[in-house]
Amino acid sequence: MKSYFAAIFRGSPMKPLQEHMEKVLECASELLPLFKAVGRRDYEAVAQIQQRIAQLEDEADSLKTDLRLQLPNTLLLPVDRRDLLELLRVQDNVANKAKDIAGLILGRQMEIPASMQEAFDAYAERCIDAVRHAQRAVQEMDELVETGFRGAEVELVHNILRDLGAVEKDTDHMQIKLRAALRSLESQLPPVDVMFLYKIIEWTGDLADLAERIGSRLQLMLAK
Amino acid sequence: MEYGTIYLILAGVFGLFMAWGIGANDVANAMATSVGARVLTIRRAVLIAAVFEFSGAVLAGGEVTSTIRSGIIDVEVVAGDPQLLVLGMLAALLAAGVWLLIASRMGWPVSTTHSIVGAIIGFGIAGLGWHVVHWSNVGTIAASWVVSPLLSGTVAYLLFRSVQWLILDRPDPLKSAKRFVPLYIFLAGFIMSLMTMLKGLKHVGLEISAAEAYGWSAIIGLVLMLIGKAFISRVPYDPAADREFHYANVERVFAILMVVTACSMAFAHGSNDVANAVGPMAAIISVVQSGGQISAQSPLPSWVLLLGAVGIVIGLVTLGQRVIATVGREITQLTPSRGFACELAAAGTVVFASGLGLPISTTHSLVGAVLGVGMARGIAALNLNVVRTIFMSWIVTLPIGGVLAIVFFWILKGIF
Repeated sequence: MKSYFAAIFRGSPMKPLQEHMEKVLECASELLPLFKAVGRRDYEAVAQIQQRIAQLEDEADSLKTDLRLQLPNTLLLPVDRRDLLELLRVQDNVANKAKDIAGLILGRQMEIPASMQEAFDAYAERCIDAVRHAQRAVQEMDELVETGFRGAEVELVHNILRDLGAVEKDTDHMQIKLRAALRSLESQLPPVDVMFLYKIIEWTGDLADLAERIGSRLQLMLAK
Repeated sequence: MEYGTIYLILAGVFGLFMAWGIGANDVANAMATSVGARVLTIRRAVLIAAVFEFSGAVLAGGEVTSTIRSGIIDVEVVAGDPQLLVLGMLAALLAAGVWLLIASRMGWPVSTTHSIVGAIIGFGIAGLGWHVVHWSNVGTIAASWVVSPLLSGTVAYLLFRSVQWLILDRPDPLKSAKRFVPLYIFLAGFIMSLMTMLKGLKHVGLEISAAEAYGWSAIIGLVLMLIGKAFISRVPYDPAADREFHYANVERVFAILMVVTACSMAFAHGSNDVANAVGPMAAIISVVQSGGQISAQSPLPSWVLLLGAVGIVIGLVTLGQRVIATVGREITQLTPSRGFACELAAAGTVVFASGLGLPISTTHSLVGAVLGVGMARGIAALNLNVVRTIFMSWIVTLPIGGVLAIVFFWILKGIF
């Protein structure tokens, strides 16, 4: 006996959204052991980790597709449906970028100059930190629904997003220093490798930028 | 009256059949939120529902029953041929009951209220004539069908916003919950008692003045509040649960409140829907017992309400249990903080309508309340398509009820 009253409740899109972000963070976090393996010149480990990143990105993709299918526009949601889908898209971009970075490093068997290794590891750590902050903010989505997007909970999320902004700014400074360090080594390294190294620095910084964009999307949702 | 006893037996059978259907079908909407939120076990839910549906039907079901008995069809016009009224009411009962059965099987939304009103109007027009129907009353009833979900939705919206302001938005929601939820319990008890008493328990033979009503309601509200406070302080609060979901413990406080509103909802449902089974029955009984004389003023025999109440309880205890379990599994989004707002708003609206003698759809009021909370951004996802289907179902139910009633009316006329 089907109940029509029960049928007016659809599954909450917040939980799948949170699960997707967790998967994205897991995927991006694998970059840290990847960079360490590059420092050790252990390219077998690099290949393994790249495989894991690709697989995690795949899993995130299927979570994304499932969620999209779950959101027909006949739903009454506490947030704008398009805002939700945009948030999902930016989250997805983080995972894609992580996969791109891993793929490029593996494909070119890249090396990081020994003098830059420590700064580079710290930089990568900070960028992933930004993604972690974004994940913590997204984690609060079901609490936001609970309070109806008002009150002390919104304050809490704003605080997380403010920290996220600070972390991203940090990564910007670290990126400038890294590029300066690379410039001073340019003449001693093969030029094509140097260009791709610049690319890796840029893409890693993009992770933090994308994380900040996730924060902005959330702020937009809270402002409405 | 010729065939008088047979009519009485048939009235009893069809009426009980209809009451059973009402109990099996609609009660789930009152109790399922509590079962789904793990606030009540199914056994306790059924027990509570039985007690409160029964009370609602007997204590507050009189006005609506009177409306269905003699407010839709002008019974005095039929005085020349009382048998027509009896057969018509029998046909209406049978039609509404059959449609309830079919629609439930097929999973279509069905309102017992719309079915019986449509059936009565149907046989009225076809069997007795256009002029026999009290069109002004029917107009008022139709208007109430539009107003009740709107009213319920507005009240639910305001209730939930108050919860946000007082409790959920605060930095320490648990402390605020422990402080303010008892007030909501008082509100629930006070409003439900007040509305029941203000309209008079005259069908039970009790006369209460307005001042007494306020007084007694306040006392009932206070008693409930104190009991609720005791239960709230007894609940074990697990700080670990809050790490997963910050509001887990707050919801546990609201769970106590939800028991009160579930009772209110069951009471309200009983008060409004018992008439759908018992109204026609009462009409038949009063015609047969007075030997063919019809009077709109004749008092409603109170045992008729009892019979309807018993039928509802049987229905809810037999098939109703399974429906409660099914629905409860699927509405986990109505956590206690929302569930109580929806149920209190709907229950208040329905009891208010019962006091005015207006038969309304309890399901529509509940859906309206859910929409109200959804507008306050309190629910993660509501399927508006289904909401539209539920609200549009009366377009189908009214004519089908009418046509079925006409068919059964002609069949019965042929037999008798």
